[in-house]
Amino acid sequence: MMSDLVLHLDNIQKNFGGLAALSDVNLHVEEGTTHAIIGPNGAGKSTLLNVCIGRLKPDAGKVTFDGQELTGRAPHEIAQIGVARVFQTPEIFPEMSLLENVMLPAFSKRDGSFAFNAHNMLSKQNEIRDEAEHILEDVGLQEMMMQEAGSLSRGDKRRLELGMCLILRPRLLLLDEPTAGMSRHDTNRTIDLLKKIKSRGMTKVIIEHDMHVVFSLADKVSVLARGAIIAGGKPEEVREDQRVKEAYLGGAH
Amino acid sequence: MTLAKLNDTNRFLIFAAIILLMPIWMIPLGGAYPDLLQKFAIYGIFAIGFNILFGLTGYLSFGHAAFLGVGSYAAVWSFKLFTMNAIPAIIFGVLFAGLLAFIIGFLSLRRTGIYFSILTLAFAQMSYNLAYSVLTPITNGETGLQLSQQDPRIIDSMFVEAGAGLPSTNLFGLKMSGFEGFYFCAVMLILCYYISMRIFRSPFGLMLRGIKSNQNRMMYTGLNTRPYMLTAFVISGMYAGLAGSLLAVTDPLAGAERMQWTASGEVVLMTILGGVGTLAGPMLGAGLIKYFENIFSAFNNQTLTEIFSFLPDAAVEVVVPIVGLFVGSGWHLTLGLLFVVIVIFLPGGIVEGMSRLAGLFRRKDQENMNGTASPQDQPGE
Ligand SMILES: Nc1ncnc2c1ncn2[C@@H]1O[C@H](COP(=O)(O)OP(=O)(O)OP(=O)(O)O)[C@@H](O)[C@H]1O
Ligand SMILES: [Mg+2]
Repeated sequence: MMSDLVLHLDNIQKNFGGLAALSDVNLHVEEGTTHAIIGPNGAGKSTLLNVCIGRLKPDAGKVTFDGQELTGRAPHEIAQIGVARVFQTPEIFPEMSLLENVMLPAFSKRDGSFAFNAHNMLSKQNEIRDEAEHILEDVGLQEMMMQEAGSLSRGDKRRLELGMCLILRPRLLLLDEPTAGMSRHDTNRTIDLLKKIKSRGMTKVIIEHDMHVVFSLADKVSVLARGAIIAGGKPEEVREDQRVKEAYLGGAH
Repeated sequence: MTLAKLNDTNRFLIFAAIILLMPIWMIPLGGAYPDLLQKFAIYGIFAIGFNILFGLTGYLSFGHAAFLGVGSYAAVWSFKLFTMNAIPAIIFGVLFAGLLAFIIGFLSLRRTGIYFSILTLAFAQMSYNLAYSVLTPITNGETGLQLSQQDPRIIDSMFVEAGAGLPSTNLFGLKMSGFEGFYFCAVMLILCYYISMRIFRSPFGLMLRGIKSNQNRMMYTGLNTRPYMLTAFVISGMYAGLAGSLLAVTDPLAGAERMQWTASGEVVLMTILGGVGTLAGPMLGAGLIKYFENIFSAFNNQTLTEIFSFLPDAAVEVVVPIVGLFVGSGWHLTLGLLFVVIVIFLPGGIVEGMSRLAGLFRRKDQENMNGTASPQDQPGE
């Protein structure tokens, strides 16, 4: 399979005070594939995603997606380009119902840059409502549709957040440990769901500690340790890599 | 039937009926005189508008009195320059307040949380001080802006000769003082309630609630929060401008004290007292505070002695001075205590209190299924 590279991270550098969280990271992801990033705690994985979505500005280097430079853009602009993210600690609207949680991003996508929509009625937005119900069904939360999101378990919040990202129909989906806190059963369901999206041709970058998830989903794997990519390639190659074993055994703290 | 189960149309109709019938049901409460009724309606508008910003987005403005003041000045200038008709006056009031809100909002919304509040407060105090100093030609400084015999009143003078005395405000000939004035304000209030209800139920309202709940999430789903926040800020500024111009319609003068920070604080109190983020709460809060300010403050020891005359004389001598602390000029103390009690025990304000009461009744109803209990579902002031 020969497809084009869509996501480029070139020479990304990020320091926090004296700590080099990312030093000269290069990463290229092919369109429509799933790229996993693994590495011990504190390796800089989340920081890397923060740089991609505009939450952090890198000290050096640039991120381009589909020919457009993302570095320097505001978070909402990056989202409008088609980049969505599931966060490590779920970012949802805890006081709202699950349905509202999933409908809201759809409005953001539609009217994000600005449209005066104060005269429309929510109750008449049937298309978006139907779509949201559909998505909730996909992530397996449709029975709890009217429940308050804050009352969900950690795993369910994660699935909800995944739904909130899916309704955006992103072209690039960044997932920061999407199955942490989930039961084996729910993890498998999430894997199935993510596989289904894969067939729709969305590019995904996934951070995971759970090797079962990595080997079920990833086309490529990169290993990040202490802010640098130390290995990369097909999952089965990386598994055998000596440096990776060392990083996990010796580098973790 | 409880309030929580009502749909919006019914709620709106009940709200309209309660407001329009206020001159009747306020009689036993001693508040059925036009001056006070007008204040209820006007400050209700102010608070409902404030709640569109504070209730939906969670951004606490401490400078909304500036818009109230500008609304008043613009209305009085409309009376002086063009006509005594109320309609142009409120249009000018709303427009100028909207313009000022755009400027202040544009600058203040660069910050969030306490910094936003401080910025709005600073801009409002700046407006207040300008009104007293540099802008005296427009505001007439400490004396306040008033009508005068020499005013051009271009439009009016085309139709009628200027009379001997000062003309009065009107709505196409209908005088805007007394109960007519109240009903004009009441219709505006009902309209404002309706608009606010529509905003609450729109995608715009949902987005604003999203910003309050998790601004990060909103940004990372592609929402540019700035223009939406600014729109909410301007709309609520326009509500304040309308309220300010109605103050001028019912009593055509404008003074800078209307812009002082205490007035900004008052609308915060009203909203919190009634219930932040609820549709009717701010109106309840506004009514309650204006009622306290006008009725409680009028109580003196003599009225108290009359009220407690059923007690033995010795007891009256003890009770009256104590209760006296809380009425008359001490009404602020009562209000302060009430505020503290509500914030601590009922963070959702009076509206939360009422829905809790309703819940209590419902449970009791289910317990004695004889069905003889008829809870009073009078959603009173
Ligand atoms: N905003 C920040 N300010 C200061 N230091 C930070 C910040 N964000 C991350 N760090 C530090 O940068 C390093 C990398 O953090 P990061 O969250 O990217 O790790 P991670 O690989 O996602 O780890 P985990 O697997 O625990 O999620 C850590 O040492 C962390 O303490
Ligand atoms: Mg992390």
